[in-house]
Amino acid sequence: MSDSIDRENYSDDYILDILKNNRIVAMVGASPNWVRPSYFAMKYLQSKGYRVIPVNPAAAGEEILGEKAYASLSDIPVKIDIVDIFRKSDAVPPIVDEAIAIGAKVVWMQLGVRHEGAAAKAEAAGLRVVMNRCMKIEFGRLSGELSWSGINAGVISSRRRKLIA
Amino acid sequence: MSKKNDAFGFETRAIHAGASPDPVTGARSTPIYQTTSYVFDDVDHAASLFNLQTFGYIYSRITNPTVAVLEERVANLEGGRGAVACASGHAAQLLAFFSLMEPGAEFVSSRNLYGGSITQFQHTFAKFDWHVHFVDPQEPENFRKALTPKCKAIFAEMLTNPTGIVIDLEAIASIAHEAGIPFIVDNTCASPYLCRPLEWGADIVVHSMTKFLSGHGTSMGGIVVESGKFDWGQNDKFPSMTQPDPAYHGLTFYETFGDFGYTMKTRAVALRDLGPSLAPLNAFLILTGIETLPLRMERHVANAGRVAEFLAGHPAVAWVAYAGLRSSPYHELARKYLPRGCGAVFTFGVKGGYEAGIKVVESVEVFSHLANVGDTRSLILHPASTTHRQLSDEQRVAAGAGPDVIRLSIGLETADDLIRDLDQALAAATRKSREAAE
Repeated sequence: MSDSIDRENYSDDYILDILKNNRIVAMVGASPNWVRPSYFAMKYLQSKGYRVIPVNPAAAGEEILGEKAYASLSDIPVKIDIVDIFRKSDAVPPIVDEAIAIGAKVVWMQLGVRHEGAAAKAEAAGLRVVMNRCMKIEFGRLSGELSWSGINAGVISSRRRKLIA
Repeated sequence: MSKKNDAFGFETRAIHAGASPDPVTGARSTPIYQTTSYVFDDVDHAASLFNLQTFGYIYSRITNPTVAVLEERVANLEGGRGAVACASGHAAQLLAFFSLMEPGAEFVSSRNLYGGSITQFQHTFAKFDWHVHFVDPQEPENFRKALTPKCKAIFAEMLTNPTGIVIDLEAIASIAHEAGIPFIVDNTCASPYLCRPLEWGADIVVHSMTKFLSGHGTSMGGIVVESGKFDWGQNDKFPSMTQPDPAYHGLTFYETFGDFGYTMKTRAVALRDLGPSLAPLNAFLILTGIETLPLRMERHVANAGRVAEFLAGHPAVAWVAYAGLRSSPYHELARKYLPRGCGAVFTFGVKGGYEAGIKVVESVEVFSHLANVGDTRSLILHPASTTHRQLSDEQRVAAGAGPDVIRLSIGLETADDLIRDLDQALAAATRKSREAAE
């Protein structure tokens, strides 16, 4: 995508296109602790048909939600579509460098995670970027599921809502 | 359509927000999901739901599809991130505070509130060891002066009931934010059509939806709306948001749900454990009411203006407190915060005091003598003998419910009929007080 994105004010179409056309996610910072946000997101995305591969040096070799965890992105033996980052913002640049190196198509930074410089670098390398959003929440928002919890999805439509398939 | 939500007008959102056609049946109107519970796909799905790891329905005490449409609708109209609906406006206040307060905690509130709220805050909340400091809201600095380190919020009504005071939202919001606490606004009397407090810095809005949102006097309901902009992690005042919750297997709500963490907390703990859920049928009726909110509010305001002008010129009337009148001390604030009008609930003083006030409410034929506001029907009440009866004389006067005060909620009838009705009631009251004087 060559046209520059209004960062953090992504159109619904932009997010939807990413969610629809990418199914293999490497989750950097995935936690084996079942009350952590990354665990929530991983479990939810799995239930929606995504394959989520955990990246966490402390848990490398262990299984999280049935998937083997790796120490780094470059250790993963399968091709990754989305690199989903559950780390502090200042930890983002080397992860983005690795995402570019392994040929990922999208860098997704979770709620509260932002790095303009790394985002620009990823975009320059042809990746698409989402910052400060949660993949689970965006999936829920655009499929109508988030509205089940009384959250303002900001969607006005006279058409039946369809789950993202 | 990829148009962003906020690009749609208020009227469009009042009808459509939250209410896409039913995904399975295509039903265009929001169905009434009159069910207590929802099947799980399997044990793992059930576990994910109970753990809040996936979105979905478990039990209608916590979430219900009809109620959820209403929650999203009101959140959208207020410009909020999310909302939790509940059984009444009083329940909304309880839920709103429950996610903020701990035993021993305090808050500062405007003293000009619906009488039932004063009682709830002062006496019933005290049983949770929550303590309120009441202040005169007309001077924003009063809120600052009353703050203590234990205060967790500032609370006020926009367009106070019954006195019709217009508060300086922006100024009070700044005071709350300087103290690192949220500003909660009861927006019942204005409705989001006339004022959206979140746009002026408020962090949480509560409503009694029983009033203008429902609009037809059919259904009780309350709602808590979160802006999504308050930083709960800026200090250690809100452990309920920022610390692992023992009532939820150690989940940390703010971290997990971000800008709708307060909504999730309020639903998953306060609504779940206190239990004041909204009936799906009531949610449906309130939703139907909201579809015409813009039209109704315009007419409420127009009728209220006509009646207020009439009363202001009536010889039996001592004063009229309607912010829509040019003579009102709140006229300037109203121009800023309520450019589309000052609502339809206001008070006036009848010459002859308590006895004359009672005679007026007992003489009307079109106005209904009852304790509610925001109905299609015009309503009349003598607060001193009803809603504010449980307060002390001093509190009554402070709350704007002195002996001569009559509260009106102007409905959608023909304005001339309302004026004629009040005219004859005032004539009857004047006759009565003249007889008493003789």
